[in-house]
Amino acid sequence: MDYFLMFISAIFVNNILLAQYLGNCPYLGCSKEKGVSIGMGFAVVFVAVMATAFTFIIQKYILVPYDLGYLQTIVFILVIAGLVQFVEMFLKRMVPPLYKSLGIFLPLITTNCAVLGIAILVQRKEYDFATAVFYSFAAGMGFMLALVLMAGIRERLAIARVPKAFEGTAIGLVMAGLMSLAFFAFKGMIA
Amino acid sequence: MAGIVKEFTKGLWAEIPPFRLVLGLCPTLAVTKTASDGFGMGMAVIFVLALSNLIISAVRKIIPKKVRIACFITIAASLVVTVEMLMQAFTYPLYQSLGIFVPLIVVNCVILGRAEAFAAKNPVHLAVADGLGMGVGFTMSLTFLGAVREIFGAGSLFGHHVMWAGFEPFQFMVEAPGAFVCLGVILGAMNFLTAWQNRRKKAAGQNACLACAACALAPAAEEQQS
Repeated sequence: MDYFLMFISAIFVNNILLAQYLGNCPYLGCSKEKGVSIGMGFAVVFVAVMATAFTFIIQKYILVPYDLGYLQTIVFILVIAGLVQFVEMFLKRMVPPLYKSLGIFLPLITTNCAVLGIAILVQRKEYDFATAVFYSFAAGMGFMLALVLMAGIRERLAIARVPKAFEGTAIGLVMAGLMSLAFFAFKGMIA
Repeated sequence: MAGIVKEFTKGLWAEIPPFRLVLGLCPTLAVTKTASDGFGMGMAVIFVLALSNLIISAVRKIIPKKVRIACFITIAASLVVTVEMLMQAFTYPLYQSLGIFVPLIVVNCVILGRAEAFAAKNPVHLAVADGLGMGVGFTMSLTFLGAVREIFGAGSLFGHHVMWAGFEPFQFMVEAPGAFVCLGVILGAMNFLTAWQNRRKKAAGQNACLACAACALAPAAEEQQS
């Protein structure tokens, strides 16, 4: 039951994108088409779960015992960069169809702050391993939901008449604000 | 010397990072609840950006092309760790209120973007000027956005009360939705202003006004952008 609550909370109440402001660059950059946004969303879920698992183990068995906590940032980002590279090579060789659909998004994920953000967040919240991995999955799903919804809205927005100055990113941000407001309504759901 | 001034000033208006280049949006949205948070974040970014541009530009000929991104990230990450420790030592309240966004400076697209687009191709003095300019521009944007949100959301500025006595704080502005809408409206206003400036410049050009300094600078800025 706790896991279920956490899942709902990470997707709707504390959405990683709309309530915690992580991963805005792909949110505005990769949300022009629905297909692209789904690909990006899956890539983020996949890498976020892997990265959280790996960084959790490194933090627990290497950084903490040897008192190297201050190296957290540099180690985490290198692990994520390495992991992304590895996943890319693995998929290319073993699962070509998946590589074809995710391939172009993988390099972008290294600098997606959602992935590093989730890895650091679970450390700060002091979750145990299973909870941390589950949280990363739920947060990734929340990211995907926001991204796909936004892509749907932007497809309609492309044919709408928008004031000249607001075309492109500006109206995208205002839209994001309205979506964030809608998600804000879930705040009361979990006390 | 003229080159240094040009690289520095382009970050202040023509290519001001969050508004023009639309880079580094996460901290722009997240840490601008108050003007002082935005200012503090900007300061940290100036430090990292100027030094990372300096180092990357200094070693740009040694770094192999294929692993350059990894090198840039490592350099930026070491600087971010330095900033993190300095902030813990000297400005602990600020460190706490910025929270997770201090380590996340590593993945701020402004840093990697400038490294890739500028520092890896230009000599050290220009790269530092570019880093400082971009950093100052980033700080200005964050402080401005933070000031707007703080004035309407809490009725204060840098912690001092500025609104009249009966002012009801506008809660929307300090919450997440307000951040998005506020940034969107500012972007729209900047676009509008640029369009208006261009129109006026065109009109001025027809009157053969070549004395205005903006006209002389504009082609150079456009060239940079393309």
